[in-house]
Amino acid sequence: MIRLISLTTLLGLWQVAAWLSEPRRLPGPLLVFETILEEARSGALFSNLAITLARVIAAFVLAMSLGAAVGYVMGRNKIADRLLDPWLVALLNLPALVVIVLAYVWAGLTEAAAIGAVALNKLPNAVVVIREGARALDPQLEEMAQVFRFSPRARLRHVVLPQLAPYFAAATRSGLSLVWKIVLVVELLGRSNGVGFEINMAFQQFDMKLLFAYALPFVALMLGVETFLVQPLERHVARWRRGVAGRRGYA
Amino acid sequence: MSPAGGAASLDVAVTHKDHTSADGRPLRALDELRLTLPIGKAGALVGPSGCGKTTLLRLIAGLDHDYAGHIRLPAHGRLGMVFQEPRLLPWRSVADNIRIAAPEATEQEVAALLDDLSLAEHAAHYPGELSLGLARRAALARALAIKPDLLLLDEPLVSLDAALARELRDKIAALIDEKRITTLVVTHDLSEAIALADRIFLLSPRPARVMTTLDIPTPRGRLGKEAAQALETQAHDALASARRPL
Repeated sequence: MIRLISLTTLLGLWQVAAWLSEPRRLPGPLLVFETILEEARSGALFSNLAITLARVIAAFVLAMSLGAAVGYVMGRNKIADRLLDPWLVALLNLPALVVIVLAYVWAGLTEAAAIGAVALNKLPNAVVVIREGARALDPQLEEMAQVFRFSPRARLRHVVLPQLAPYFAAATRSGLSLVWKIVLVVELLGRSNGVGFEINMAFQQFDMKLLFAYALPFVALMLGVETFLVQPLERHVARWRRGVAGRRGYA
Repeated sequence: MSPAGGAASLDVAVTHKDHTSADGRPLRALDELRLTLPIGKAGALVGPSGCGKTTLLRLIAGLDHDYAGHIRLPAHGRLGMVFQEPRLLPWRSVADNIRIAAPEATEQEVAALLDDLSLAEHAAHYPGELSLGLARRAALARALAIKPDLLLLDEPLVSLDAALARELRDKIAALIDEKRITTLVVTHDLSEAIALADRIFLLSPRPARVMTTLDIPTPRGRLGKEAAQALETQAHDALASARRPL
């Protein structure tokens, strides 16, 4: 209910602002909605959304799997941590734009360069979060698994991954929003389709209603992913905490 | 060194085991500690707190390899252990905790163990929903499920109230008798040791060595009150004489 009020207020403010300025600079909600319908009817909206979403997923999966592996090793091994930490700091502080431009210069204006550049931007964040999780692994459970001779597979599945799950969830949350924003930049700079490309077109033609017509559905799409995919998944992996509220002791 | 299996008894011969103190000096935890426990027997390590009982248990469990000497585990050296903290996987149910630790146990065996330890109604509960007493029992069920050649119990009754402790003690005694499991229990409580063990190893204060070995003549649990008291007095005397400066 409160969310609905908040959203309606935002729409109202937008409409008022649109009345006060000229429609070329800030089109009103109705005009944008009409443009969205137009783009949807031609099919361009859906194909561009799908292309961008596919890039987001590819870059995200690549960054998370690589980042989880590197982060785990750094969290468990002091030498690896010291060895890789300066690289991590460098990568964390490298502007996304520099990585993207370098990727396009070195690998050409290709799909692989685009996805690789996005993944490389997300990678250090995933490494940092998973490294924190690997450092916090419970040594008592590790010993238990050792005494009971758990297989490496069982150790990973039943002991390590459940402890890393909250860190994966945190990295996913911050990661998805970061990745999709960078994907738009990558598309703007070197791709000929996707939401970022369309926004670039809108900018060049100074067509603000087209810009909104692509930006808003994409924000809605990512909100949907967060609400209907990420959050339920988070609840599912944390189901054992229900009623326990995360306490570790025994009653 | 790491413990090897294949013996007809648990054989411990630790020449020495050192810890490093906070200021970097070596601290001797175990010194010339030798003990033997035949297969099928229950032994108890008894000594003042901080004497190195848990250190010794960790060496036997293979969790610490940094010592001089050797340890031979009975039979195939398969270990079951109940830690002081139950160390159950909090994200798995009680029954799953048992299944994961003992993948070769059949469903009937798991159900029988849950029954034996009065855990059947808690099989689907998560460890966080259990009391400490129930969690200990679940940890014991897990250790028994792997059909261990040696069962290690680290203070299995500590922080339980008296009635609950007695109940669990009798349960453990009955189970290790029935299944003839070679068992080594760490405790600071002599009466607990007398109730559970066939052989008691009295340890000296740090650095720990075995001061006296007491064999309990009658089967566990059937020792008369007077006989138990006599044993307790004998053990107390031994402990007291060890503390007296020579």
